[in-house]
Amino acid sequence: MASTNRPLSPHLQVYRLPLTGLISITHRATGVFLTLGTLLLVCWLMSAAAGAESFASVQSFMSSGFGMLILIGWTFALFFHLCHGVRHLLWDAGSSFEKETMDQYAMIEVGIASVLTFFLWALA
Amino acid sequence: MAEFTLPKNSVIQPGKEFAAPEGATNLKRVEVYRWEPDTGENPKVDVYNIDLDKCGPMVLDAIIKIKDEVDTTLSFRRSCREGICGSCAMNINGKNTLACTKAIGDIKGAIKIYPLPHMSVVKDLVPDMTHFYAQYASIKPWLETTTAAPQDSERLQSKEDRAKLDGLYECILCACCSTSCPSYWWNSDRYLGPAILLQAYRWIIDSRDENTGERLDELEDPFKLYRCHTIMNCTDTCPKGLNPAKAIAEIKKLIVERQ
Repeated sequence: MASTNRPLSPHLQVYRLPLTGLISITHRATGVFLTLGTLLLVCWLMSAAAGAESFASVQSFMSSGFGMLILIGWTFALFFHLCHGVRHLLWDAGSSFEKETMDQYAMIEVGIASVLTFFLWALA
Repeated sequence: MAEFTLPKNSVIQPGKEFAAPEGATNLKRVEVYRWEPDTGENPKVDVYNIDLDKCGPMVLDAIIKIKDEVDTTLSFRRSCREGICGSCAMNINGKNTLACTKAIGDIKGAIKIYPLPHMSVVKDLVPDMTHFYAQYASIKPWLETTTAAPQDSERLQSKEDRAKLDGLYECILCACCSTSCPSYWWNSDRYLGPAILLQAYRWIIDSRDENTGERLDELEDPFKLYRCHTIMNCTDTCPKGLNPAKAIAEIKKLIVERQ
């Protein structure tokens, strides 16, 4: 029977995800990133509990360029995850499903997350 | 667990290119997914160069022209050529749509045609729809009643109740939405997908149907309904301009409201 060797048609390989699709997968990715970032925070706290020397070494990594990049990325991930979470609340209430405004909402989410991240670091 | 890559037998190989007709000046490159069940070879992408001056305006016109004039072995489904039968649903330049309502003029560069995504391919652009139709049957897509039928008349409904079916009854079950949905790609064995859930909602919201409770019971399931994560590919891609994501949200709301 030919049916047993039937191929699977291409999916991710050919599908051009719309903005909402990209936002959705980003929501998931930021969720994973936030979990990893929380582990890093735990390391930070544990180093502080372990004494001045160990805290200083973790602190020097965190205040390095790469460490700052991780922290800024982590806060952006937090705000983006929050914004899309609010978007999900609107959806769960059955509103804002209009096709015409889907991309606008997505841009607003990214915009608000960026602004919040900027202000957080401007104030920090 | 989701498989992000294609299985070995499904990886696409380069195919052959058919030369352009002589003297043609208005050429369009058309890349088409091909798979021949009898050879045991992997799928290929064949390239056709067609003369747009001698071709109808829609993508379906282009592939009918290819089948008629260039390569009779090309297989695809088509029937009404006016967006009402849903047969010619396929992935055109990265988005699922009906070949008969997609204008060639709207496509910049080459036309790239693949079967509906993440489906078992019977041949070329023809996917196996058996599972999709079985899922449709599972939601009992007919009016279910317990009361006796009225004598000498139909079961009537008010204009307002009838209006609730607008945006639902137009669904032609082309499967563009379901096969655009990553959740359906990874979980179609248990998740019903946007098309079937929109159809389910069409019967849930029908004022004449008397089996609403049981219909909701059937759907209240972590997989059948709740694999929808509001990715919105379905609403983005629907060639009829319907909103399956909203229909799914309405079902979720009804389930919460009755608790």
